[in-house]
Amino acid sequence: MADNEYVVQMKGITKVYPNGIAANQGVDFNVKKGEIHALMGENGAGKSTLMKMLFGLEQPTEGTITVNGEEVSLTSPTVAISKGIGMVHQHFMLVPNLTVAENIVLGMEPKKNNLFMDYKKAVEITEEYAKKYNLQVDPDAKVRDIPVGMKQKVEILKALVRGAKILILDEPTAVLTTQETEELFKELIHLKEQGYTMVFISHKLHEIKQITDRLTIMRGGKSMGVYNTADISKEEISRLMVGRDVILTVEKEQAQPTDVVLRVRDLEYTNEWKKKMINHMSFDVRKGEILGIAGVEGNGQRELVDMLFNLNMPDSGVAKVNGHNILGESQRKIRDLGVSLIPEDRMTFGMAGAASIEENLISDRCAQKRYNNGPLFNMKKIHEDSDKLIEEYKVLCKNRTQKVGMLSGGNIQKVVVAREFSAEPVLIIADQPTRGIDVGATEFIRKKLVELSREGAAVLLVSADLNEVMELSDSLIIMYNGQIAAYFEDTKDLTDTVMGEYMLGLKQQSPEEVRRVQHGE
Amino acid sequence: MLEQILSMVFTTSFGYSIIRITSPILFAALAAVVAEKAGVTNIGLEGIMMISALFGVLFAYWTSYWWVGVIGAMVVGVILALIIGIFALKLKTDIILAGIAINLVGSGGTIFLLYLFTGLKGNTASLTTPSMLTPKLNIPILESIPVIGPIFSGHSILTYVAFLLVFLVWVLLYKTALGLQIRAVGENSHAADSVGVSVLKIQYIALGISGALSGLGGAYMSMYYSQSWNTGIVAGRGFIALAAQAMGQGEPLGSMFASLLFGFASALGNKMEGMQGFSSFLVAAVPYAVTIIGLVLYASTQVRRVKKSRFMEKGKKEAEKS
Repeated sequence: MADNEYVVQMKGITKVYPNGIAANQGVDFNVKKGEIHALMGENGAGKSTLMKMLFGLEQPTEGTITVNGEEVSLTSPTVAISKGIGMVHQHFMLVPNLTVAENIVLGMEPKKNNLFMDYKKAVEITEEYAKKYNLQVDPDAKVRDIPVGMKQKVEILKALVRGAKILILDEPTAVLTTQETEELFKELIHLKEQGYTMVFISHKLHEIKQITDRLTIMRGGKSMGVYNTADISKEEISRLMVGRDVILTVEKEQAQPTDVVLRVRDLEYTNEWKKKMINHMSFDVRKGEILGIAGVEGNGQRELVDMLFNLNMPDSGVAKVNGHNILGESQRKIRDLGVSLIPEDRMTFGMAGAASIEENLISDRCAQKRYNNGPLFNMKKIHEDSDKLIEEYKVLCKNRTQKVGMLSGGNIQKVVVAREFSAEPVLIIADQPTRGIDVGATEFIRKKLVELSREGAAVLLVSADLNEVMELSDSLIIMYNGQIAAYFEDTKDLTDTVMGEYMLGLKQQSPEEVRRVQHGE
Repeated sequence: MLEQILSMVFTTSFGYSIIRITSPILFAALAAVVAEKAGVTNIGLEGIMMISALFGVLFAYWTSYWWVGVIGAMVVGVILALIIGIFALKLKTDIILAGIAINLVGSGGTIFLLYLFTGLKGNTASLTTPSMLTPKLNIPILESIPVIGPIFSGHSILTYVAFLLVFLVWVLLYKTALGLQIRAVGENSHAADSVGVSVLKIQYIALGISGALSGLGGAYMSMYYSQSWNTGIVAGRGFIALAAQAMGQGEPLGSMFASLLFGFASALGNKMEGMQGFSSFLVAAVPYAVTIIGLVLYASTQVRRVKKSRFMEKGKKEAEKS
């Protein structure tokens, strides 16, 4: 193959961080003009690091980067942009209080009289590009007010307006609904037809299959090879990514649910914008079962979990754990009742990034007698138990004193899970327990969750991952518009087509059918 | 007694003194607004005002021109703010600590500087000549309107600059490219950085503007309000200005109204001091009490908002981590 076929050539890229972690080791990465190229790998495989170097956010320790046949030194995003490289970040790089147009022209503002900003021109530029690339946005809306899908379009437009010909898309579908994803794919294909080149980072196999031409797989900081998407099977990709065959189904015995542990009745919640987020919700979670809550995100799941852990107060309603009220009670009290929480936002509510693994592990139990000698900690016990948990939960780390924030996403979640699961919970609230983490950690956490439920814990599993809720749940609620749209006592024969109809509000079970989720009273 | 207070409040001289007292707070509040918009908290306003007030007098004394003093005070203000910037932005110390350091220099170092340059201890009253003070401006037509005239006319030229600056700062923030970049940097520096806006440069510029504005506030104090420099001249106005910025939601106009509120409270305190039946010590606390009450009210409206928007922080934090 002639070299000039490639718009981007990264050769022998090695990146060693000052703390000694080698994120990339001798990686070769080439992108052909006009293709959509997938970059795949588990969390911590080095994809983000590689792309940060291509966008000038990091500099390689070794290796060369060639763009359009010219060897370049990408010392900053500005340089990368000038070479025609644009990046759509996973966490949008937008300023919420600025309008769409202002965000798009930020840093290259049109001016009048050399002094004032020409806002009208900014709107014109936005509209022109939006039309040209079929990316519909509202130029005058403030970014904080627009939906996620539109934010993403703003990000893409930002790159295009700056003259990017090569777009790096970092897990662009992670935050999108199915419909928004479809729309995005159409737009990307439209861009491809116009000669744009794209690097597409994703974990989702079916998306990769659907939209990309070629793919590069990374594992442990190294490239595992380049393939034509059409020539490689999903199973093969999965094997290359994790180095073994991932069992995506979890073996579990039939649940034997007994007493009700969590009882929720007539819960109502209206948010600050007067939108009714939870509408008359009642359900029970029993000992020994996993009750899944599925639904398109934003249908009240987050609000529900927040109220069950007193991060928010409902308008009215009842929620009890083994007969004790939990609404409005302190988190200490709720935990003392035997409730564990795996929060959706692990970085904010699950752990303290700057604290050590050990400190995070004992954070909920450090006041217990077991860990104290009078006014001082019993460090021996703490070390002992921490090491035990790190081993049991297979947390990959240097040692117990490593800062949690330094770990990869999957390992951070393992620390959270290790703490929550080892608290001998009677009720586990697991909110998106495996979101954005690697396949290995996902499998491990799912297995543990099933194990605990079979040992007698009640589990409330909230997940936007259909595969996850269907595989793990014994029975299942589908939420739509703050209400229970459907309840399935058994998930075995449930298909995604049926679920989709309830999730999108096309169907709704009768009140009698829904009421089956209340066991007694 | 209430009657006594009311009859005092409804006089033109009371209105005049509100404006007079508000001016230095307004300069400093605008300084706080610009810095805060860029995401840097300039807690050193107090110290900057102290030091620039001194240099204002010195420059005016050395040259016998009041306007040289004013410009000198601004330049000194800019330099001090940039020193905070170097410590906080370049050397990565906590910006609050850098600000506190400047405040300490302001209260302690100024006496040393004063002695060094003039041999005086404590104040510059003996240096003052009329040409060193910023002139009063009588506004034609306006001054002859009853009630309005005596309140709004006849202030220091700097007072008019202060109120004009409310508009100019608004224009800067909302109508210029620099303003857009300042707001972007303050709200999401990653976003600004990712499109090639130099976060450091913008923050230095904002700090510099902040320093110039507080320098003007200092000049007003020593070259008009107190007619000379002394060790207690700023008396917490830099901190009150921070409160005014917060109460004004970080906006120029809002901060102006908050500054006026503090100006009102101070004016009230000043007048009540002379009245029978009030402890002058207690009365002197009025403006500070208003500051605290104002901040409590402000904070209580904010708590809810912060609680609700905590999820918005999520993306930011994760972006910082990766």
